[in-house]
Amino acid sequence: MATRWFGASIPRNEDPRLLRGKGSYVDDIDLPEQLHAAVLRSTHARARILNIDASAARELPGVHLVLTASDLGEVLEPSPLLVPHDALTQPRTQLPLALGEVRYVGEAVAFVVADDRYIAEDALDLIDVEYEPLPVIHTMEIAVAEDAPLVHQDVPGNVAAHLIQTVGDPDAIFSNAPFVLRETLLMDRGAAMPMECRGVLARFDAHEEMLTCWISTQGPIPIRNGLAAIFHLPEHKVRVIAPDVGGGFGTKIMMFYPEEVLTPFAAIHLGRPIKWIEDRREHFISANQERSQLHEVEYAFDDQGVLLAVRDNFIHDTGAYTPYGIIVPIITACTLPGPYRLKNYFSEFKVIYTNKVPVSPYRGAGRPHAVFVMERIMDRIASELQLDRTEVRSRNFIHPDEFPWDVGLIYQDGGPTRYDSGSYQAGLDKLKMLLDYDNFPMKQAEALKEGRYLGLGIAYYVEGTGIGPYEGAQVRVESDGRVFASTGVTSQGQAHYTTFAQIVADQLGVHPQDVMVTTGDSQAFYWGVGTYASRAATIAGSAMHLAAVKVREQAKKVAADLFEAAPEDIELADGKVFVKDAPHRSLTLGQVAISANPLRYAYGENARNLMSMKLTSSRSGPALPPERGTPGLEASEFYSPPHGSFASGVHGAIIEVDPKIGMVTFVKYVAVHDCGRIINPMIVEGQVHGGVAQGIGGAFFERLVYNEEGQLTNASFMDYLIPTAAEIPTIVVDHLETPSPLNPLGVKGAGEAGVIPVPALFASAIDNALSTFGIRIREMPLHPCRLYELLEESLGLKGQ
Amino acid sequence: MQKQEEVTPLFSEEYDIALTVNGHRYERRVPVRLLLSDFLRHELHHTGTHVGCEHGVCGCCTVLLNGEAVRSCLMFAAQADGMVVTTIEGMAGTNSDLHPIQKAFQEKHGLQCGFCTPGIIMTVHAMLHENPNPSDEEIRHELSGNICRCTGYQNIVEAVKLAAMRLGEQKMEVE
Amino acid sequence: MKPPRFYYSAPSMLDEALALLDQNSENTKVLAGGQSFVPLLNMRLASPAYIVDINHIAELHYIEQEDGYLAIGATVRQRQVERSVLVQDKHPLLAEVIKHIGHMQIRNRGTVVGSIAHADPAAELPALLTCLNGEVLVQSIHGERVIKAEEFFTGYLSTALEPGEMLTEVRFPLIASKAGWAFLEFARRSGDYAMVGASAVVTPTADDHCLSAHIAYLGIAGAPIRGLDVESTIVGTTLDETALDAAAQAASMLVSDDMSDVHATVEFRRVLTGELTKRVLKTAWERRGL
Repeated sequence: MATRWFGASIPRNEDPRLLRGKGSYVDDIDLPEQLHAAVLRSTHARARILNIDASAARELPGVHLVLTASDLGEVLEPSPLLVPHDALTQPRTQLPLALGEVRYVGEAVAFVVADDRYIAEDALDLIDVEYEPLPVIHTMEIAVAEDAPLVHQDVPGNVAAHLIQTVGDPDAIFSNAPFVLRETLLMDRGAAMPMECRGVLARFDAHEEMLTCWISTQGPIPIRNGLAAIFHLPEHKVRVIAPDVGGGFGTKIMMFYPEEVLTPFAAIHLGRPIKWIEDRREHFISANQERSQLHEVEYAFDDQGVLLAVRDNFIHDTGAYTPYGIIVPIITACTLPGPYRLKNYFSEFKVIYTNKVPVSPYRGAGRPHAVFVMERIMDRIASELQLDRTEVRSRNFIHPDEFPWDVGLIYQDGGPTRYDSGSYQAGLDKLKMLLDYDNFPMKQAEALKEGRYLGLGIAYYVEGTGIGPYEGAQVRVESDGRVFASTGVTSQGQAHYTTFAQIVADQLGVHPQDVMVTTGDSQAFYWGVGTYASRAATIAGSAMHLAAVKVREQAKKVAADLFEAAPEDIELADGKVFVKDAPHRSLTLGQVAISANPLRYAYGENARNLMSMKLTSSRSGPALPPERGTPGLEASEFYSPPHGSFASGVHGAIIEVDPKIGMVTFVKYVAVHDCGRIINPMIVEGQVHGGVAQGIGGAFFERLVYNEEGQLTNASFMDYLIPTAAEIPTIVVDHLETPSPLNPLGVKGAGEAGVIPVPALFASAIDNALSTFGIRIREMPLHPCRLYELLEESLGLKGQ
Repeated sequence: MQKQEEVTPLFSEEYDIALTVNGHRYERRVPVRLLLSDFLRHELHHTGTHVGCEHGVCGCCTVLLNGEAVRSCLMFAAQADGMVVTTIEGMAGTNSDLHPIQKAFQEKHGLQCGFCTPGIIMTVHAMLHENPNPSDEEIRHELSGNICRCTGYQNIVEAVKLAAMRLGEQKMEVE
Repeated sequence: MKPPRFYYSAPSMLDEALALLDQNSENTKVLAGGQSFVPLLNMRLASPAYIVDINHIAELHYIEQEDGYLAIGATVRQRQVERSVLVQDKHPLLAEVIKHIGHMQIRNRGTVVGSIAHADPAAELPALLTCLNGEVLVQSIHGERVIKAEEFFTGYLSTALEPGEMLTEVRFPLIASKAGWAFLEFARRSGDYAMVGASAVVTPTADDHCLSAHIAYLGIAGAPIRGLDVESTIVGTTLDETALDAAAQAASMLVSDDMSDVHATVEFRRVLTGELTKRVLKTAWERRGL
């Protein structure tokens, strides 16, 4: 049997190009005759636009076009609502340019096109917008208060959606439970902050009547379909390419950001290519954000620490619009039960408008909030009953023989929240070993004697991944023997050019370096949805596998004819095709591909050698017999999962707190991770590392601080603190591989996992480190100042 | 324009520069406000130098200026007159082999989306030139001027260690 | 984030630079390292009509030991000071402080004099100059003057520089050989502007009491600020716990009421400043000569 690439930590196919600086991100593409755009953004969180005077900007030399809402004609339409839901009774999406009223600082008001970006920004300074400021709703609490001002005049109470789901009979349990506790838990805003901001380059070719857009996006195919509809073009006359994308983390799975409509609109209008590149200051106030939720949770448990029921009632801040429906709070509701046998669960949420940047999924997408709530509950049960934290979790785990486990809720994809597999206790055991859990209390006590506060935190999560609806893949062997493989998902660093190549290489007996993967080009693969919800490896990967299997069967048939053997005796290995046990007489895969394509002409060395072998005998009937179907070795396949697959993991960390100054450092970090079968461990580990770093950022460094006017007060990398190498600890990663029974590869998603448990873990570790102060963390993110305040509060309470 | 009348010949809005980038000499007339990062990317089409924040924090635009790592978004192209600039495109040299630092980044999976990578490699190049044998802590400290959002830095640190070792071996062979 | 239009000149002689500066003095900015100034331009928070780039002026490129102080010229990069054997040898506190500025890439371009002229109250060097009660040399076509640190820093990003004047040299007084010194700051991340920071120099008497003390802070007021009350609480003591507590108490009073930002409220800054004071004084005292 040939080398099996699936499961191997091979280096990435995409690296040599990226390492040489030969990547091709949107702003790296410059087209002849190209002009540059800039966006004038609202300086008010809520205001009436009384007048826009752009005359001075229009007169500035070098300016070609200034657009305001009134210039857009029929293109002035709200963006489509992605993923509608019955509970979302008041959806609102954004116009490409604000008309009449602005609803957040950063909302697009005017669009300028000029010779270069410098002049375009000069022009922005010359546009005079007269605003009449209106009362601002800058927090969820204000939004839900009685007689609150309204973000949208026609949305009463600022409530976009209201959803209640019940599992079992929680009311009955609560009325009889031995222990019932109630807490308020808060998570506040954070942002994905990919290193590459957003960007759009649009070109309209009048001869071909073809619109081509290069967009830094996670979903080019839906955007292609949308742009075709907006501009009344046939879908095949719109090509959307997500070239190299410098990170997405969810914020780029969106349509439409206003610039994705405005840039092609201007390109069509002016007949010249137009580039708009978001700068970092814009990104802070115009790229979608996430994370604000306020939970009122009530939970019942028995004296053995078994969780009996949960009532969770939360409000979710969606910002000024609901571009992505109510996916994030639905995920929160469905993620909350975690790895535990929660059979009585009441979940209610309201989605609330505020005058802030709109919300759509950011890596983790509602899960960190849910895990924060549930893991806070587990820690609390342990402290109330004086039990070990891991013991309480063990007593509540779903056991391996209980799968599939129905949580009893409808998941974000409209299907059941049904766990396909998991090994929760095994994960915890592994973590405890790697953390040297049992010896920690001793080390902690010793440190405390020196006045050092060490704390250990743990957090478990179950993560819905690999949801539908579907993805597809095309696999084709080219005449030089290399394999072309394309799919509709995109890559923002996840190494799809490598992992998909590994999947294909196993079937076709070639080296992964000889599999040329293309992602994110609507012309290379027509169908697809996008890269989100940790689904690419599971869904597109499975489609790749199915297509490659089909091509393998084709190759066997063609080779069987040539070798006059049975197809089942044909093997593919090391780029060669041969009859089993007779590898000395072989064809290259390229030669088989050439043979499969009955042409009168053939080119290249592969073809010449093939001719000289004189394998082809004369045949009767069509050159391409009906049973062969298509010429060449090529197949397209699609994969649609029955429902999502559920990955899991448990993280543990030891931190040291300097309570006098509120500073925290990580001493040790361990992540045990189970995403089913692993295609490339090195890459999965990299995903976990990155997720953890982002999680640490979101737990202790990164906050989006809005003031009462709805202004983001820390909109720069000086003040929005993404952790650097000096703040992030070494992360030990270990794997469990509990295969998913749902897909042919047995894989589950891995992309978002790392970030999910970190806020919960951080809270757990702080509580543990400062247990002598009697602190209980109920909010995230923290920062030294807030930690100090909470310490003061708990000391004050203790003093009473 | 009013400004034009006041101006003395010694002030100008355009500037002639001559500089060396990756071993090639370029002479250009540039607007004085053109940032070095934009000049490298859009005038010379060396697009490997990326722009991530334009306020000097993220490090994506790091290049070597006369051998020292600097932020190219915090300099005007006019200021690079007479200077020697090295960008990521100048790392691998003329042959096809990757530079040992680049190679170490591939082997240790020190990059994901690749956007911050060129800036980090230029930083590492300068770091190892000054300190060929850095400790983990020194590496993490010196890397703190470059933000990476994908990797969590761990594999970058590993890559720097591997590169340091390889470069050390190379140096010994030469000697 | 692209800079607005401006007119630019890069003279190679100081006289030329001063003449250019004088022409449109109200509307002209000096560009040295540019590590604070160019971000302001890119964000269009500054829009001078004229920029005089002094990087080509060779005569301003020097680090020299003078009588009782180190003199650093206006085009000397922070990184050069960091690497300077003279500085490491003669002024270890300056060498220590320099390392805390931004990141390596910033220090490779940023100048010592530029940091002083920019007068960011959260920056390290203005606090150090204040601590040492150093001086700056200011020149214009009309002449030159020397200004004491305490008179130079007048408020948030403001200095005693008059239009047409250029800061050409900063003078860091040397520290007595027996004195102990320290610099400490509480920053969120490596290389960040700190929430609070302080530099301290303490000199012991023959019987090992504190003879004199200098301490100055960053990040606690609109300008770098000397902690005179802190100094007086420890002079004459052995910097025992009681003295340090008193110093911390005095230090927390120095924090201006308006010093709340996204990273720290004024109350927390007071707490940090107290703790910082104890730690920086303790370290400085431990380093004293005996």
